[in-house]
Amino acid sequence: MNYLNQIRTLVWKDLTSELRTKEMLSSMLIFAFLTTVVFSFAFDPDSETVKKVFPGIIWVAFIFAGILGLNRSFLSEKSNDCIMGLMLCTTDRGIIYLGKMISNLIFMYIMEAVTLPILFVLFDYRLKGSLLYLILIVALGTWGFIAIGTFLSALAVNTRNSEILLPIILFPLIVPLLIAAVQATGVILGGGVWADWSNWLRILTAFAVIFTVVPWLLFDYLLEV
Amino acid sequence: MLTAQNITKTIGTKTILHNIDLHIKEGEFITVFGPNGAGKSTLLKILSLLMKPSTGTLTINGSSANQESSKTRSQIGVISHQSFLYDNLTAYENLEFYGRMYQVDNLRDRIYDVLKEVGLEYSLNDPVRNFSRGMLQRLAIARATLHQPAILFLDEPYTGLDQQAIDILNSVLRNLNIKDRTVFMITHNFEQGLDLSDRVLIIKKGRLAYEGAAPGLTPGQMKEIYLNTVGGLTP
Repeated sequence: MNYLNQIRTLVWKDLTSELRTKEMLSSMLIFAFLTTVVFSFAFDPDSETVKKVFPGIIWVAFIFAGILGLNRSFLSEKSNDCIMGLMLCTTDRGIIYLGKMISNLIFMYIMEAVTLPILFVLFDYRLKGSLLYLILIVALGTWGFIAIGTFLSALAVNTRNSEILLPIILFPLIVPLLIAAVQATGVILGGGVWADWSNWLRILTAFAVIFTVVPWLLFDYLLEV
Repeated sequence: MLTAQNITKTIGTKTILHNIDLHIKEGEFITVFGPNGAGKSTLLKILSLLMKPSTGTLTINGSSANQESSKTRSQIGVISHQSFLYDNLTAYENLEFYGRMYQVDNLRDRIYDVLKEVGLEYSLNDPVRNFSRGMLQRLAIARATLHQPAILFLDEPYTGLDQQAIDILNSVLRNLNIKDRTVFMITHNFEQGLDLSDRVLIIKKGRLAYEGAAPGLTPGQMKEIYLNTVGGLTP
């Protein structure tokens, strides 16, 4: 129960801070919007090929905008050595990771909730499958991405070129997640049945769970580095 | 209160601390001097559980720091030259955040008490980013003492402080001394370092080079001891 309160406190701190500055969310939203607009100008929305790569366009916009947010995620903890203040608190240090991950996840979901309808409008795409399933896949894929991304952003923040380093170490690790997310999104957008995408869902779930539990256990060691 | 045995810290191939043995009694005020790069801050980080030693054991109030670090951390407060405060939150919000993380009882009353102690009760709703260096350090004192730690670690706490902030810090330290709290302070200032101190230590190249009683020592005598021990310029 104490841990839940501490996670809530960490999330409250990040949300309050972000509401004041809007640094992270605004940069993510603007970047995702610009990516979407550039894609819509670069590709003819009527072409059949674009319909096929549409799931990929969705995830590229999400991941790139997400990287921007992750890069900023631990900067507030670096300023004034706040991370030291957190390390002194009477909490399991893995809780700091969980709190930060949930905050990042909330920012990502807000960005996606705004960007996804814009993508559908600009590409004139009509959803043939279930919207609920699409939301499930987006939510799971984002969870896995943010889980590993939060951990690596904490690792990268102390390096001189953290903004370059984070994508370099993060992208190779999320390849399986990205493949599963794009494939599952494609099947659902095309109106495919459960059996066609359930395996991708399993991969996404396994990825999200593993990359939440492992960083949670390792976060204490990471803070020592 | 605090016992450190055989503490060694190696980072890469460099050994920062060599077999440090230290015993601090309850209510004792210890001041540490030493040249830059001697390992003072590393020792403070290890004693305050911010860093793990490569070898050696640390016991605080009978609890092994390695096994019960979460419980032991509740007895520790740290004031550094960095404030550990969030610029975008107000003074009250910062203390509320840390108070909740430390699970402080009667948090609201406690926040008002510590803000009053450091003279910031009229700035509680101001964002920390608008604070001067002196105000920041006063709020950092409030943050570090909010959960009423049994032992307070201070890493060069006088750096960049105006006279008002120095007076407030001294008054807080005096109060802690009266309440029999243990204080471990790193400073380069002989006068302030000796003022409240019971014992002084000098660290040189990661080793405990001098240990002696502070009462009766003048800053001039301390400077002489320091120069004889370190063999060079003043800190």
